[in-house]
Amino acid sequence: MTPAATRNYFELFQLPALFQLDLEQLDRQYREIQTRVHPDKAAHLSDTEKRLALQWATLANEAYRTLKQPLERARYLLRIHGVETREEDNTAMPKEFLLEQIEWREELQAALALRSLAALDRLSARLRTEIDSLLVSLATLLDVERRHPAAADVVRQLAFLEKLDRDIGQAQTELEG
Amino acid sequence: MLLQISEPGIKAPKPRRIAVGIDLGTTHSLVATVRDQRPLVLEDAEGRVLLPSVVHYRADRRVDVGYDAMVWQNDDPENTFVSVKRYMGRGRDDLPERNGVPYRFADAPGMVQFETQAGTVSPVQVSAEILKTLRERAVRTLGDEIGGAVITVPAYFDEAQRQATKDAAKLAGLEVFRLLNEPTAAAVAYGLDQGAEGVYAVYDLGGGTFDISILKLTRGIFEVLATNGDPALGGDDFDRTIYDWLLRETGIPTPAAGDARRLLTAARAAKERLSEQATAPISAPLSNGTVVKANLSRETFDSLAADLVKRTLAPVRKALRDADLSIGDIKGVVLVGGATRMPCIRTAVAEFFRQPPLVDLDPDKVVAIGAALQANALAGNRAGDDWLLLDVIPLSLGLETMGGLTEKIIPRNSTLPVARAQEFTTWKDGQTAMSIHVVQGERELVGECRSLARFELRGIPPMVAGAARVRVTFQVDADGLLSVSAAEQTSGVEAKIEVKPSYGLNDGDIARMIEDSYRHAQDDIEARRLREQKVEAVRLLEATEAALAEDGGLLSADELAVITQGMQVLRDAAEGADWEAIKKAADALNEASVEFAGRRMDYSIKKALTGQKLEELSA
Repeated sequence: MTPAATRNYFELFQLPALFQLDLEQLDRQYREIQTRVHPDKAAHLSDTEKRLALQWATLANEAYRTLKQPLERARYLLRIHGVETREEDNTAMPKEFLLEQIEWREELQAALALRSLAALDRLSARLRTEIDSLLVSLATLLDVERRHPAAADVVRQLAFLEKLDRDIGQAQTELEG
Repeated sequence: MLLQISEPGIKAPKPRRIAVGIDLGTTHSLVATVRDQRPLVLEDAEGRVLLPSVVHYRADRRVDVGYDAMVWQNDDPENTFVSVKRYMGRGRDDLPERNGVPYRFADAPGMVQFETQAGTVSPVQVSAEILKTLRERAVRTLGDEIGGAVITVPAYFDEAQRQATKDAAKLAGLEVFRLLNEPTAAAVAYGLDQGAEGVYAVYDLGGGTFDISILKLTRGIFEVLATNGDPALGGDDFDRTIYDWLLRETGIPTPAAGDARRLLTAARAAKERLSEQATAPISAPLSNGTVVKANLSRETFDSLAADLVKRTLAPVRKALRDADLSIGDIKGVVLVGGATRMPCIRTAVAEFFRQPPLVDLDPDKVVAIGAALQANALAGNRAGDDWLLLDVIPLSLGLETMGGLTEKIIPRNSTLPVARAQEFTTWKDGQTAMSIHVVQGERELVGECRSLARFELRGIPPMVAGAARVRVTFQVDADGLLSVSAAEQTSGVEAKIEVKPSYGLNDGDIARMIEDSYRHAQDDIEARRLREQKVEAVRLLEATEAALAEDGGLLSADELAVITQGMQVLRDAAEGADWEAIKKAADALNEASVEFAGRRMDYSIKKALTGQKLEELSA
């Protein structure tokens, strides 16, 4: 009776399968479960119980990580609804979006060339606003209108922006040296 | 042993098990325990708590450890190992300072080996000697065999370094409950002592390693948000800058090993003195009778050390970024490690975090105390009101792909335990084996990451190229140690895995080393195996009794009978002197309890979540 990998993460935490999740509730349920299943709680128990604790704690961590991050949560919800986001092979994007991407990238290159931390910080703040507004539309598409294929399009766009966000973070770290 | 009849709902009294926490440090090591609910750092016969992490090998294979070994370091530097922690899980090419040290390195692949007058030894064996000495200290002080230990490691230790530490413990005859990250141990000691809540940074500068961890403390949960560090930066490097300065200042040529050791010792003494006073006179007699004299001011030292101090702040920034936090979010900074006594470190930390660091607890003892508290909890000596540690993997795990590139499979700072599965396919018709190279690190090129191990998968059913789908699961446990399993998906065949650790020892090496060590000791290996199996049997019987007392109601009468019979078989076997029979009975009891353990876990989780719901309703 190993913890089935197929167990629905929302059910695991006894939370409604929605994009707009009560994150505090998620935190509480996660901690409640880890308090019971973490391998440290089984250190003095039998090997069977140790192995089970390892499997359960691994599952709880994976479920928590998935539901905590908005993009991962959206992907997971879409998968439950039978929609794969296919980010590896579906690169069809609206033309305006792609042009915007080129502009973002050019600004990042310019800030790097100037070695300007202030410019990077401004870029990062603007990107944050952009990501937040996409997350708002994602919430509507997933929880209210239930337009899953359209939501998958937004997820693909968000994946681009999050990659950009990581690259800006990397650049900031390098400049701070 | 009397047969205990326990009814469901009645808890059997739990006997106390002796558990210790060990801080296996670069420059010195400590052992602590919990007695009468208070942490206690154990002393040697002379009343000293610090054991210098120094090991000396004599020609007759006798070994000196600690202060007894220190007296040899000037006159027999080749056979006297200091700061051996720096070599744990490291290959020859990883060593930053191979020329400046007096050791003779053996010409062997994998982890470095030292040639001594007592034969070739690995850093694992040297560390095991330190652990053995601490174990003996604990047994002598506490008057009983040790049930288990928590051993601390730098948070930034990679998998190979962790595995090497665990192997050393095995060699020293210690059951390892857990490898615990040093900053996390410090946070436990500090958090429980001060009742701290909020986000804290633990700045840990030891003798040879630097770690920074950002932790969130909430209602008994210690959650590591991010960790970073430099595995080759510590107090030793500050000694070395003074040593280099001494050579420049006095114009003496690069000395031989013994004199180099004398000068380094003098450099360290000067560094320590500068934590208390503004200048430190240095006077070091050399082997040729001359005396090296100099005067080091704190100002000069601060400028010598400035680059090293700065090197600690880059990992701090990275950790903050990974945790998505800014300096203003940090409620307090805990200092750990003897090297944080240096005023230049305290000033730099205070400036960076814009607040004075917390120094309430002795930076030398705080890690051992935290480890002892955790060991006591893991031994089951506490009731259910204890705390929980959620730690992270410090460096990303990846696989080698085409063209020597790394593909990350588990990103750094993932909460442990963690697992990821990856599918591979065959590229040749009838291919039945494949090789997987696992690396650790953040770089894109495999050559710039740490090679952990090569896994050979065998027994893949022959199919046309690309038809086999081998699903490989990488599991990292709470200690940060990796295990790999694989199965072919279309046939369900489990692939056989052969592990070739890049810098570690395989199980055969360990067994050989243990047997080797008994050839030179009075104790014999059969007696040790019997003792270990008996301890294990008692532990399993107690755990099963407690489980039946708590949740026996989840079993049918028949199922209960199978388990109680298994317990009786084990009890009988444990009375005898055949360790293999005890092991067989223990394995059988474990096997018989699989279903029961699963039901208990499900029941416990349900109880946890519904219990919480009820509380919320009444709130």
